[in-house]
Amino acid sequence: MSLLEVKNLRVEFPTRRGTLVALDDVSFAIAPGEVLGVVGESGAGKSMTGAAIIGLLEPPGRIAGGQILLEGRRIDNLPYEQMRRIRGREIGAIFQDPLTTLNPLYTVGRQLVETMTTHLPIGPGEARERAIGWLEQVGIPAARERIDSYPHEFSGGMRQRVVIALALCAEPKLIVADEPTTALDVSIQAQVIALLKRLAREKGTAMMLVTHDMGVIAETADRVAVMYAGRIAEIGPVREVVKHANHPYSQGLMASIPPLDRRVERLQQIEGAMPRLSAIPKGCAYNPRCPHAFDRCQTERPDLMPAGRTEAACWLHAEGSAR
Amino acid sequence: MRAFFDSDLWWSFTRSPVTVLSAVTAFVCIAGAVFAPWLAPHNPFDLASLQLLDAFKPPAWSAEGDLAYPLGTDDQGRDVLSAIMYGARVSLLVGFAAVAFSTLLGVTLGLLAGYLGGKVDALLMRIADIQLTFPGILVALLVDGIVRAALPRDVHDQIAVFVVIFAIGISNWPQFARTVRGSTLVERNKEYVQAARVIGLSPLRIMVSHVLPNVMSPVLVIATLSLGFAILAEATLSFLGVGVPPTQPSLGTLIRIGNDFLFSGEWWITIFPGVALIVMVLSVNLLGDWLRDALNPKLR
Amino acid sequence: MFAFIISRLLQALPVMFTVSLISFAMFAYVGDPVAIMLGQDFTEAQRQQLIRDLGLDQPFFVQFATFLGNAVQGEFGLSYRLSRPVAELIAERAPATLELAFTAAFIALAVGVPMGVYTGLYRNSWLSRFFLTFSLIGVSLPTFLIGILLILTFSVWLGWLPSFGRGEVTRLGWWSTGFLTWSGIKALILPAITLGLFQLTLIMRLVRSEMMEVLRTDYIKFARARGLSNRAVHFGHALKNTLVPVITIAGLQLGGIIAFAIVTETVFQWPGMGLLFIQSVGAADIPVMAAYLMLIALVFVTINLIVDLLYYAVDPRLRVGRGKGH
Repeated sequence: MSLLEVKNLRVEFPTRRGTLVALDDVSFAIAPGEVLGVVGESGAGKSMTGAAIIGLLEPPGRIAGGQILLEGRRIDNLPYEQMRRIRGREIGAIFQDPLTTLNPLYTVGRQLVETMTTHLPIGPGEARERAIGWLEQVGIPAARERIDSYPHEFSGGMRQRVVIALALCAEPKLIVADEPTTALDVSIQAQVIALLKRLAREKGTAMMLVTHDMGVIAETADRVAVMYAGRIAEIGPVREVVKHANHPYSQGLMASIPPLDRRVERLQQIEGAMPRLSAIPKGCAYNPRCPHAFDRCQTERPDLMPAGRTEAACWLHAEGSAR
Repeated sequence: MRAFFDSDLWWSFTRSPVTVLSAVTAFVCIAGAVFAPWLAPHNPFDLASLQLLDAFKPPAWSAEGDLAYPLGTDDQGRDVLSAIMYGARVSLLVGFAAVAFSTLLGVTLGLLAGYLGGKVDALLMRIADIQLTFPGILVALLVDGIVRAALPRDVHDQIAVFVVIFAIGISNWPQFARTVRGSTLVERNKEYVQAARVIGLSPLRIMVSHVLPNVMSPVLVIATLSLGFAILAEATLSFLGVGVPPTQPSLGTLIRIGNDFLFSGEWWITIFPGVALIVMVLSVNLLGDWLRDALNPKLR
Repeated sequence: MFAFIISRLLQALPVMFTVSLISFAMFAYVGDPVAIMLGQDFTEAQRQQLIRDLGLDQPFFVQFATFLGNAVQGEFGLSYRLSRPVAELIAERAPATLELAFTAAFIALAVGVPMGVYTGLYRNSWLSRFFLTFSLIGVSLPTFLIGILLILTFSVWLGWLPSFGRGEVTRLGWWSTGFLTWSGIKALILPAITLGLFQLTLIMRLVRSEMMEVLRTDYIKFARARGLSNRAVHFGHALKNTLVPVITIAGLQLGGIIAFAIVTETVFQWPGMGLLFIQSVGAADIPVMAAYLMLIALVFVTINLIVDLLYYAVDPRLRVGRGKGH
């Protein structure tokens, strides 16, 4: 059985100029211990999907349809208090910027201890011992001394390690990591990703890794979902999507990654820009930029359908459609 | 001037019922005060018309009220409504004059500080900082007290209104000066000012003609918000007995005089001038708030 | 820590210096102290003697230095109006003003902060709207009118509370307190509310806007994502972060309480320093005005210093070196 299942998720933002649909018909599943990478341009709805799963959509955003199931239990319609007990305990979260994610006025030890005592049946003394253990596991040197330091006394990379410890310390089954390395120095990104990957494997924690960095996905994820304008364009095993993408958008995205093994004169780029939420075109949202678009793409919106060894939301792969 | 009343400003004005209401109220207050000699039912300063028999009449709607005195009369038989209208005249006069004075002073000093820079700038801003450490009303009280001590009593009584205007004006200049200084610093380093110097034009003159239009909106907002402060400051000084002389009673003076009759039950002598003061200040403050939001490009 | 205090004290010096210069200038150049002190009948010799006694024939800097030396010892000469030492007058009135100011400050903080937190957390509840409307009126109402309205309601109409004076006071050494008698406490209620109301509304609005700001930050979102209880998020994490700006501005506002005490004391005939000051302004009593000015400046400087220290205690980022917690 899947650990997390998202079914036909729809998120809306009511505004003065009408309702914007931020996520439309998003469905995917994550198996226990699996790492699902979610990629796409900024504004495609990656972070929004993560926020919807942990139940912390920014108002006035709201889930307008679909279901989110954790181990078969619906969590999208839980009262605040019940959902709170799931956050941190069942689903951990890692945010983008470690400089702003930690409360500057409390020591890292206090923040770890309060997270554990909130969720686990342990006292402050034991929580403190475990906190030291967690800091060691995420690679903070001299953890026993550093536990009483304030966030500003750590570097950015070290702070993100603290954030990872905070996300994992109540032993959740799933981690939603929203661009965990984007704000870090390039030299540190690889270390932090390696740490995340190692810990997830050791603890058997599943992960939804949101990023726009295909390199990170290729290295870390088991499967990958490509998002475009609030919908999933393609989803499948990471090797397949990277090497043999079936959606024209994924193909464009993959072509824009600089290959490591050969020199290229010029990276390809996708013409145009992703539409704003208020102006999503009729039919397939990608059709104005798509080199293969044909009549049907402009009138009918494609759902995910089997395509090669992945699933793609593209009419090119519809039964009887000529490629 | 026309630029202020462009469509954007007007649009945001008509969209806010509270603002429209405050504008109407402020207009009524100002009109009532300015045209008091023609609009007021009685002349409270015409001793011949005062009748002690009419003293302490309650408002017209109570049992012993008299329709001739809608808001009742005071201890000398003066019509409270008329006294309020004449009093508001003094309050508004002092308020507007004090704001005009601090605007003039603040804008001039701000321009000088920003343009000259260096020691003049450091000195002026240091003075402003020190003054801002203290509440405006305290500064006004102190300036008033010093002038009072420096002048012989009869001279002081003659120019008391100007002393109050001066004291309140002085207490409020740093706000204007800081804003104008900031804009001046920005303008000073722009190329056209340097260019003006090269071709022999006076950079100061060029700057004044370029800086002033830029700072008009913030200055207007500060001035509107200061008007409320100035009216309240005048009322407070007069209430404390160190403001305008009793021969030209302002709203604050009326409240102080009426305060003596609070215990004998003649509450209307002090409460109605108080209500008039609140309504006036509240409408001016709401207008100022709206103007600040409407002219703030961040919120638009 | 020590260096921090020293640097703050050095920043306070120019303020104190300027204020003493103004005080001194008032003493030396405003009005004619000799004429005031001599009265009607005097000989030229008496006049010269007095000028020498007062040191008015000395050069400016000598006079200023003497003035500063005396001021440090609390020596401000005789009041023109009451012919008593200024220091004595002020010491007599100080307890009344300080008790009033502290009670008002306490009310402003104890009511203003919770109201600010509530309106910040529940922005759209009807109670929040009510508090906000109330605060707009509180900001626009002049202090003396609040006092008059309270007197009219609670003293004149309802007859519950006294409208003037301090009630019965108890002497504790040179200090006189109204806290120990029922009548003293009753007399304190209306003036303290009058004085505290304006600051209360300001503090409420400040806490509200800071709270709304902090609730939008990442670390609050992360605290929620960690599953902390609402209580821990709102009061443990959010409120503590609003404290830094709130302490700064509230500190300055509380300084304002001392200044507005002048008005409140006049309305309620409260026998404190403010009433003394306003009577001195009316009578051009320069020594009292000068002493009061210096005292107020000292209070403001002290409050600023305390604010800085609190700031330092709340925000670990200001502490140098590796903090070890407490």
